[in-house]
Amino acid sequence: MPFGNTHNNFKLNYKVEDEFPDLSKHNNHMAKVLTKEIYGKLRDKQTPSGYTLDDVIQTGVDNPGHPFIMTVGCVAGDEESYEIFKDLLDPIISDRHSGYKPTDKHKTDLNFENLKGGDDLDPNYVLSSRVRTGRSIKGFTLPPHNSRGERRGIEKLSVEALTSLDGEFKGKYYPLKSMTDAEQDQLINDHFLFDKPVSPLLTCAGMARDWPDARGIWHNDNKSFLVWVNEEDHLRVISMQQGGNMREVFRRFCVGLNKIEEIFKKHNHGFMWNEHLGYILTCPSNLGTGLRGGVHVKLPKLSTHAKFEEILTRLRLQKRGTGGVDTASVGGVFDISNADRLGSSEVAQVQLVVDGVKLMVEMEKKLEKGEAIDSMIPAQK
Amino acid sequence: MAFCFQVSPDVIMPFGNTHNKLKMNYSAEQEFPDLSQHNNHMAKVLTPEMYGNLRDKETPSGFTLDDTIQTGVDNPGHPFIMTVGCVAGDEETYEVFKELLDPVIEDRHGGYKPSDKHKTDLNFENLQGGDDLDPNYVLSSRVRTGRSIRGFCLPPHCSRGERRAIENLSIESLDILDGDLKGKYYALKNMTEEEQQQLIDDHFLFDKPVSPLLLASGMARDWPDGRGIWHNDNKTFLVWVNEEDHLRVISMQKGGNMREVFTRFCTGLTKIESLFKDRGHEFMWNEHLGYVLTCPSNLGTGLRAGVHVKLPNVSKHDKFGEILKRLRLQKRGTGGVDTAAVGGVFDISNADRLGFSEVELVQMVVDGVNLLVEMEKRLEGGESIDDLMPEQK
Repeated sequence: MPFGNTHNNFKLNYKVEDEFPDLSKHNNHMAKVLTKEIYGKLRDKQTPSGYTLDDVIQTGVDNPGHPFIMTVGCVAGDEESYEIFKDLLDPIISDRHSGYKPTDKHKTDLNFENLKGGDDLDPNYVLSSRVRTGRSIKGFTLPPHNSRGERRGIEKLSVEALTSLDGEFKGKYYPLKSMTDAEQDQLINDHFLFDKPVSPLLTCAGMARDWPDARGIWHNDNKSFLVWVNEEDHLRVISMQQGGNMREVFRRFCVGLNKIEEIFKKHNHGFMWNEHLGYILTCPSNLGTGLRGGVHVKLPKLSTHAKFEEILTRLRLQKRGTGGVDTASVGGVFDISNADRLGSSEVAQVQLVVDGVKLMVEMEKKLEKGEAIDSMIPAQK
Repeated sequence: MAFCFQVSPDVIMPFGNTHNKLKMNYSAEQEFPDLSQHNNHMAKVLTPEMYGNLRDKETPSGFTLDDTIQTGVDNPGHPFIMTVGCVAGDEETYEVFKELLDPVIEDRHGGYKPSDKHKTDLNFENLQGGDDLDPNYVLSSRVRTGRSIRGFCLPPHCSRGERRAIENLSIESLDILDGDLKGKYYALKNMTEEEQQQLIDDHFLFDKPVSPLLLASGMARDWPDGRGIWHNDNKTFLVWVNEEDHLRVISMQKGGNMREVFTRFCTGLTKIESLFKDRGHEFMWNEHLGYVLTCPSNLGTGLRAGVHVKLPNVSKHDKFGEILKRLRLQKRGTGGVDTAAVGGVFDISNADRLGFSEVELVQMVVDGVNLLVEMEKRLEGGESIDDLMPEQK
């Protein structure tokens, strides 16, 4: 790229102190890490597509904190963001991903046969099982930064790839902008529809630009495999079903993902991946596997136990409300999923969910009978 | 004062805009926004051809066509008003993107042509009457405008450094005001709870924008950094710093003495302008567009002069819309631009901004509101208002 970034160079007329954001009220990973020195060092840089430091951090400047979670406070605009701005992003990645070092290597394992068990989580407690991840398509910039032309290019490629799937993966694509009312209602009832983001964490990063252009939902006829196109990542891939057969969910997840990846590779647009960061996604919190494997599970007694949080921490699991990341739990039903994304493989993470949820359901049953669970408290995984 | 550096428009920018250049790899069709569901001025004007002509351009500070139109792409329409759908990121936007903005301006401002000249008149003595709008009907009077400070980018585009420099300049200048205009600055980011409550009670506090029209253009970035409110001790003259424009200047008071409101407005504005000039900063102005502001709808005078007035009967008359149109006035709810009227009380103000002077616009409000109140009284008495119907002004 022979050109600099005009606006960014214009800002260099102002001193670091004058441009450095006020982070005094902030509590997010970016605010913990960014110093005037780092800012001074990185402010004149840009990625080949023109993404700058201010672009990376804007969402964290605009959103000082979050009531339920420690937010990341920065995003990538393209694959190269993670390289050009590593002085900022490496410490954030380390802090967010339990000390993951710049020299560490990440292992990818999408061979579902390596999962042990997982087909028999008690459906009296485990209401549903789900695995999701994200994928970014090489050669395009990411949702905070991409243009309409790029986004449409991503949509076109994705629709081509997905509509070529068959068997259990045969399905249909519903573009957001030309959905009928009937289709929309059905997708809402199936809990498949995603809406224009309202979270300021996302809107401040620029992800909602040009909505709903080139956004859409693809799902198979069986309604057990779903792909979101151009929401927070290029692709979000979701495998889900009622009940506790996580093994089946994960099988379908791996098989489907691998099929999709093959097709993209044939078009010379593989997924963004490297051996240090694994799958490259928009938010640094989703690096590695980008995988969240979880269940909706009834734990009314365990969830009020004094050691509930401790148990979750030791099992490397996290809880959310059944509405997703920004919600609280309702009626003792929790969304329990893996806490980790980077530094362990897909199989390892789903294994943690399977084993951990099994244990927690046993604990719940004990507590129902009025028995203690002290002997069952696990060691730190 | 040497705490900041701003680049004069003559400085040559040797660099292109990387991201914009990357997008050139896609054809104009591939990049052209889908405006099929849209109803705003930008969508009415922008064609694929125009997009093709302008997409590789940028202003000296790097503002591009896509930056200009983003808010209009993201916001197809508005329930109460025909929105503009584009903003300026700096003074040069209106020149570099004139192919788009001239027709938008023409459509929005009653046929204003690229060759037209705009007249500025802030001499309050030229206003006739206006001191006696009936306070039984006219509850309050207010005049506002915006000003942009030459040498800085506008709110959709400016950096933190620029915004803070604007704030510092503003505080320095406003602190010098004395007499009736003597006052104090309240920075949004370190206001005490009491100060905040007081400003809310006075109806002075502005909040982080929630309107997607503003958010989509990038005006709320880094909130509340560099934003604040200055007002005089008498609470009749108010300046907002770094909200939708660099400065919003407001003169207001209860009752119907619009003349006094306008007098204070002109006096205060003129003083502020000279204080900025003393510091080496003019307001953005040219003889074609008048005062240059962020939204093309506010070009010219940037002036909205209005009253809150009780018109429960007139407002239900089937010619109400027509009367307002002929008087060149517009109605809003008492909560401002995005609201509906409550209890028969309307916000009535001038519809025009460009092509008329400040004095002329305030005159229209004064004369028009006087007439509307007369009509209201007639209708209260069960009499007709047909003979009062005005000509098109």
